[in-house]
Amino acid sequence: MALADRKQSETEARLATLTMPEGGCLAEARKAALSRVQTLGLPGRRDEYWKYTRPDTLTAAEAPTAAVFDAGEPPMFSEFDRIKIVFVDGVFDADASDELALEGISIDRIADICAKDIHWAKDLYGVLEARGQTPVARPLAALNTAFAQDGVAIRVTGTPSKPVSLIYRHASEDSDAILHHVIRVESGATATILENGPAASRFNKCMEIDVADGGSLHLVRAQGRDHERRAATHLFARLGTESVFKSFTLTVNGVLTRNEAVIELIGDDAVAHIAGACVGDGDFHHDDTVFITHDAVNCESRQVFKKVLRNGATGVFQGKILVKEGAQKTDGYQISQSLLLDDDSQFLAKPELEIYADDVACSHGSTSGAIDEEGLFYLRSRGVPHAEATDLMTLAFLAEAVDEIEDADIAANVVDRLEGWLARRR
Amino acid sequence: MLEIKNLHVKLEEEDKQILKGVNLTVEAGKVHAIMGPNGSGKSTLSYVLSGRDGYEVTDGEASLAGEDLLEMEPEERAAAGVFLAFQYPVEIPGVGNMTFLRTAVNAQRKARGEEELSASDFLKEVRAKAKTLKIDADMLKRPVNVGFSGGEKKRNEILQMAMLEPKMCILDETDSGLDVDAMKLVSEGVNALRDEGRGFLVITHYQRLLDHIKPDVVHIMADGRIVKTGGPELALEVENNGYADILAEGV
Repeated sequence: MALADRKQSETEARLATLTMPEGGCLAEARKAALSRVQTLGLPGRRDEYWKYTRPDTLTAAEAPTAAVFDAGEPPMFSEFDRIKIVFVDGVFDADASDELALEGISIDRIADICAKDIHWAKDLYGVLEARGQTPVARPLAALNTAFAQDGVAIRVTGTPSKPVSLIYRHASEDSDAILHHVIRVESGATATILENGPAASRFNKCMEIDVADGGSLHLVRAQGRDHERRAATHLFARLGTESVFKSFTLTVNGVLTRNEAVIELIGDDAVAHIAGACVGDGDFHHDDTVFITHDAVNCESRQVFKKVLRNGATGVFQGKILVKEGAQKTDGYQISQSLLLDDDSQFLAKPELEIYADDVACSHGSTSGAIDEEGLFYLRSRGVPHAEATDLMTLAFLAEAVDEIEDADIAANVVDRLEGWLARRR
Repeated sequence: MLEIKNLHVKLEEEDKQILKGVNLTVEAGKVHAIMGPNGSGKSTLSYVLSGRDGYEVTDGEASLAGEDLLEMEPEERAAAGVFLAFQYPVEIPGVGNMTFLRTAVNAQRKARGEEELSASDFLKEVRAKAKTLKIDADMLKRPVNVGFSGGEKKRNEILQMAMLEPKMCILDETDSGLDVDAMKLVSEGVNALRDEGRGFLVITHYQRLLDHIKPDVVHIMADGRIVKTGGPELALEVENNGYADILAEGV
């Protein structure tokens, strides 16, 4: 079907600003992705899937500018022993990065893979993204696959002794970064990946994750430290038998964030936990859009999303659990809650269940509410000042999402950072 | 210590007068008990003294050691020395009991210009006090009051009181939801805090709590006023004859 004229011209205008990296084993995947973008067209406000979030600034030909933010504090996860892979405005920074070598894991740059005719990443690059285009189109992800400037291909074959840390830095006020990562966790292997930083004025990131039978991957990312950036991220994951994938995302600041997660549980007894916590002020708009498909027996999925909004901030949650025929004994849980600290903020939620198996336990719930005045008074009656008591209640509200982080030290780091952010905003 | 003069209070949201001229003085080192039938305004008095929203003081005064309580925020009243042991302590999921207690202790110390307690000093103190109240370590780690039994909640209130060392302790029907053993334990905790510099206001329906926490003065409250004041024998009179005779006299 032909695209509407306006959508077509906007899509063409955006595509005209981009250059597709040439050659290598990823060329075919890039061309196919470009074709998807041209067929689907970039998202517009009239697309049902973008009903609550204006995609204009994510799709515009030129990126809106965003001031480079210097918090004057060490970035998240700084105290952890980890392999650092640094991208500045979407460009790999070899000097700031560690040597990409560690037992149990191999790491290659996507830019380097482009120059090779054969690489394992060819079988994954663009594959899960393409699968994730149905039943709902995700053209920004296809755009990413076609035009990603760089990224990493990580293959986990054992149990590396430390996490891999993807660090994004924002250096130019009009940067427009596109990064694509592919991660393959081999059977029985396990790893932790940390991500943090503002990345660019406008950031389009895609991560494709394939966890083989018995494999396990933990992903913790922090989107913060900056005020004005816009970001669209996609997480595509496919889980094999008895595999585990756990993801937690912390978002603070930023004008616009759209985080999509598309997870397929295709092996029996697989486990997927997708969690997020965000704290937003003013023109902050944060959108979590999650689609989890159960396509095997006895799998467990959890979606836990908590948002704290004030001064007119907006939160969006669109979450779906699809249980396919035959995916018996599915245990699906979805909760999305927002704490509105004033009357100007809003939370828009669209929780969905679609179930075609008859022996499943699926639950979902979505709430938005004010701070519990009884609890607040209780804390204040013990001498805790109002602002501090509000912060304690806020952290308590976010706790269920933060609890999804498996590593206690990383969880403590996230809580510390949240406490600091909240305290500075008093 | 605590001076309440002609206190009139109505509910903010409805035109309903609850306290209609309460006069009360609690001296340092003394335990005053307030008894009275349901709806007489006992809990309202405790909430108004601790600064809870929803009440409007239409007349009168309340001060602690000369400081006007009614002008203060709840946390300022706490720092000034007011402590309310709640009848129904609130559950706060996600806030660790220890984190809360340490935040409260240090917030009060800070407000009074004192040095904050170090983590180790705090731990030492809280463990020692918890032990005497038979509060186990696991309970300290749990979120505030979440999943606590009625007795555990009340013991937790007394632990907070012991850690915060207030000047004026207000106990709002602390006996409700307690079995005999728990009541004894809680009362022992309260009695351990009795000293010359501290006043107590014990709100209760029943004599049985006063068997354990011996009051110096007993007040009977009805229809928003204190209608009779006497010694410990007044509580026994209520226990034996109910409120009817006293109320008839008072009115």
